[in-house]
Amino acid sequence: MPDLLIELRSEEIPARMQRKAAGDLKKLVTDALVEAGLTYEGAREYWTPRRLTLDIRGLNARSADMREERKGPRIDANDKAIEGFLRAAGLSSISEAHVHNDPKKGDFYVAHIVRRGREAEEIVADVMPAIIRDFPWPKSMRSGAASAIPGSLRWVRPLQSIVCTFGAEHDETKVIPFEVDGIVASNITYGHRFHAPEAIAVRRFADYAEKLGKAKVVIDAERRKEIISADAHNIAFANGLELVEDEGLLEEVAGLVEWPKVLMGSFEESYLAIPSEIIRLTIKTNQKCFVTRKPGAETLSNRFILVSNIEAKDGGKEIVHGNGKVVRARLSDAAHFWKRDQGDLPDLETLAASAGKFGLDLKKPLDQRMAKLDALNVTFHAKLGTQGERVARIRSLAAALAKITGADPASVARAAVLAKADLRTEAVGEFPELQGIMGHKYAVLQGESAAVANAIEDHYKPQGPSDHVPTDPVSVSVALADKLDTLVGFWAIDERPTGSKDPYALRRAALGVIRLILEGRARLPLLPCFDVALASLKLQRPAMAADVSGDLLAFFHDRLKVYLRDLGARHDLIDAVLAPDADDLLMIARRVEALTAFITAEEGRNLLAGTKRATQILAAEEKKGTEVAASVDEELFRLDAERLLYASIKVASDGARAAIAKEDFRSAMEALSKLREPVDAFFNDVLVNDEDKAIRANRLALLGLIRSATGEVADFSKISG
Amino acid sequence: MTTSPLPDHMNPKRSFQALILTLHNYWADKGCAVLQPYDMEVGAGTFHPATTLRALGPKPWRAAYVQPSRRPTDGRYGENPNRLQHYYQYQVILKPNPSNLQELYLGSLEAIGLDPLLHDIRFVEDDWESPTLGAWGLGWECWCDGMEVSQFTYFQQVCGIECSPVSGELTYGLERLAMYVQGVDNVYDLNFNGRDGAEKISYGDVFLQAEQEYSRHNFEYANTAMLHQHFIDAEKECLALLAAGAPGDASNNRLHRCVFPAYDQCIKASHVFNLLDARGVISVTERQSYILRVRTLAKACGEAFLLTDAGGANWEREAA
Repeated sequence: MPDLLIELRSEEIPARMQRKAAGDLKKLVTDALVEAGLTYEGAREYWTPRRLTLDIRGLNARSADMREERKGPRIDANDKAIEGFLRAAGLSSISEAHVHNDPKKGDFYVAHIVRRGREAEEIVADVMPAIIRDFPWPKSMRSGAASAIPGSLRWVRPLQSIVCTFGAEHDETKVIPFEVDGIVASNITYGHRFHAPEAIAVRRFADYAEKLGKAKVVIDAERRKEIISADAHNIAFANGLELVEDEGLLEEVAGLVEWPKVLMGSFEESYLAIPSEIIRLTIKTNQKCFVTRKPGAETLSNRFILVSNIEAKDGGKEIVHGNGKVVRARLSDAAHFWKRDQGDLPDLETLAASAGKFGLDLKKPLDQRMAKLDALNVTFHAKLGTQGERVARIRSLAAALAKITGADPASVARAAVLAKADLRTEAVGEFPELQGIMGHKYAVLQGESAAVANAIEDHYKPQGPSDHVPTDPVSVSVALADKLDTLVGFWAIDERPTGSKDPYALRRAALGVIRLILEGRARLPLLPCFDVALASLKLQRPAMAADVSGDLLAFFHDRLKVYLRDLGARHDLIDAVLAPDADDLLMIARRVEALTAFITAEEGRNLLAGTKRATQILAAEEKKGTEVAASVDEELFRLDAERLLYASIKVASDGARAAIAKEDFRSAMEALSKLREPVDAFFNDVLVNDEDKAIRANRLALLGLIRSATGEVADFSKISG
Repeated sequence: MTTSPLPDHMNPKRSFQALILTLHNYWADKGCAVLQPYDMEVGAGTFHPATTLRALGPKPWRAAYVQPSRRPTDGRYGENPNRLQHYYQYQVILKPNPSNLQELYLGSLEAIGLDPLLHDIRFVEDDWESPTLGAWGLGWECWCDGMEVSQFTYFQQVCGIECSPVSGELTYGLERLAMYVQGVDNVYDLNFNGRDGAEKISYGDVFLQAEQEYSRHNFEYANTAMLHQHFIDAEKECLALLAAGAPGDASNNRLHRCVFPAYDQCIKASHVFNLLDARGVISVTERQSYILRVRTLAKACGEAFLLTDAGGANWEREAA
């Protein structure tokens, strides 16, 4: 069966778009071919910076004929109806139609339509132009003289040529010469831009890949990554170093070259005085190079690894020399802002008011940056005010939280006012992802305590489900204040996450709060925190919305469920303990834990079954309107099982209630587990539906007591099984 | 380029000016009008009306020129070997972009002595946007051995107006390129005139003192109250000129008659804004509003330009 080869060659495609684009091409083409009635055995996509390639194997040479019957009007229908039918069915006269009989409808016309299968070549030529025109690039552009005409082709960068060949194995292939904006598909491609700029005629994927390989193009991105990774490790090892791996950078670099050649460059060791994070980011972000270190060392070495796109005539000397110069210039810039951030800002006198607001010491660099942040009125969010206002809110919320976390209030206040100061440093201006990290470093340099310096970095944490959770009380206080202020603020201005949209990362913030509380085992009722946060906001913006707590708490419940479920908790057990106003996350989690242990043991399972039975009977009778006594009357007991159950419930309820008051959920469950036998005995020995109405009402009331006793720890009706 | 022997001081690897002259020759040979720098302070070669305005409308256009560019915040008091608040851009604009523009660009690098089998030339994604000009395009940073030596952009929109047809814009950072080909680590050490000994004039001889003085001006001395007023005046004047030159009802008054002078005021406002920014007196929210105000002027100028002869108002008639 024939194979199809497609190559779309363009000017350099951004590295980050290549993989998805090649996948899109495969999906769009194969979907369209299948839609047109063709089948294929396999398809694989390839990409380089200059081409998207699709190799489809075992495609049918033509699509099958399709037969279809189309029902028409009765044979005695009027002319108009018959004409309409002929038009719709594509018949030229009614004699071409067949007459069918139906017992109800009588004789009517039917057109037997045969849709002839089409040549695969015709189908490909038919579907490709539209696929190319409507290609889902994240950003696309027009170009050239054609761009003066509306509706001209948009491609990620100018499209230069198209290869489209089709043919059976061993046979010669044919070109399918479809056309898009003046570019006609052919069998001609070109190799490496500099090493092999000549035209190459190709037949099918096998010789295409081979000829491109000779023309210094490695068509397979995975292969390029393997080459780069292996060569980078080798060159590092040969120099007594190890590569600092970076998968994202590897993927990007593989998308910047067609013919990877790995080289090593160096810079002066004196630059190693700059923090490693800055060196790594400078070299990675700006130069797309890898850094290295001595095996096992924390700090970097002064060698970096670069990936070039040519096999240079001089073995790469010039390239290494040039890249070294650029890296040195970049590091010199980095050293410059690292030093400047530790110096004084100009016009300090203009910062006095801001310094006063936050109790800042304008002799210290980081204090100056915070004052500047405030003085410049840098916006946090149009409706939530400036960064300065936000810091003021975080400070007051953190102070309130410090009473619960037991953190030193002075350290918390200091950490809160310096937490955002590094947003005004040049280092963070250059590399926003270093926020917090740089603040930490500058804080240490100006003599802040370890607790304060750590809190400046850690208050952004945890950033996700696997990020480190701070434990120092100062860090925890500021981290919670930062996130709670964010959440309450965005709730107050009605900017909540919807569906997949969460531009302010509020889900992540809520997860951060949850992890800080649960993993730090903190007793922190949320509702009072919401109140404090909202009060600070209203102090600055009196017109701010009234109350957010109920809705925000429900959001926390949702996030908590996701978090606990990820840890393996059963969602029905979470639901069973989650009251709508429960705002003490640690207690909720402990209840779930205790309930899980209880309900998976035999006694718990039986008690659950008994409770469910009691609840169901009760619900059924309540529905029928059967009388249920308001309270249990011991005088109406007739059997020992009733008396025993009643007494046990009293003991178990009291025990459970007392244990819960002490937040000892395990003991509460244990107290309840004592109910299992009496409940079982009750259902064995006692017929609830006694003929005597009063006895029946009393027994139903007793069932109600089972429900309320278990309700002390959880809503058993929500538990499945 | 042919190998006609040049005197050593005219070798683009030997002198800053020879690099410029080589590029002039190359692009002149490709049909560009070689223009001179625009005589106003601008942040980049793109602001030259030969690019901003000429990129609009249907008429073909090819130009190349050097543009002194001022970035007040990049001042480093002459202490940084790579950063300058005043530097030169070499700007090429081709409308519509020829389909072999990448090859033409690579040819220019070979002309100045960069062999692509010795140097690693790369096109790295860089989407260009000028919020003040209401302009954007897609293209690349062009790297030579990891150094960004040029920007390559296919203009999609300028002054908020769709480019039709699209222009290709090439911008060479001349100092960086010269440092590279001369093998110099400090911009002030660049040989400007290609001579040696007593006859040598270095980039530092020409610009070091100016960099020091302008850094003081940009960061410390510039009178911010006056600059605020200049911004307001330029903005007013731009709109007034556009209104004065607007087409009227009379049949002889079909075209706009005062776009270039109005656009000068837009450029002026943009530069004043950059100075205020360097002085650190603009807050982030104000920043947005200043940018928006300049963009409004640029858009108005662009729209007016389309009503002029150069903007193609007569193009249909000429073409017919």
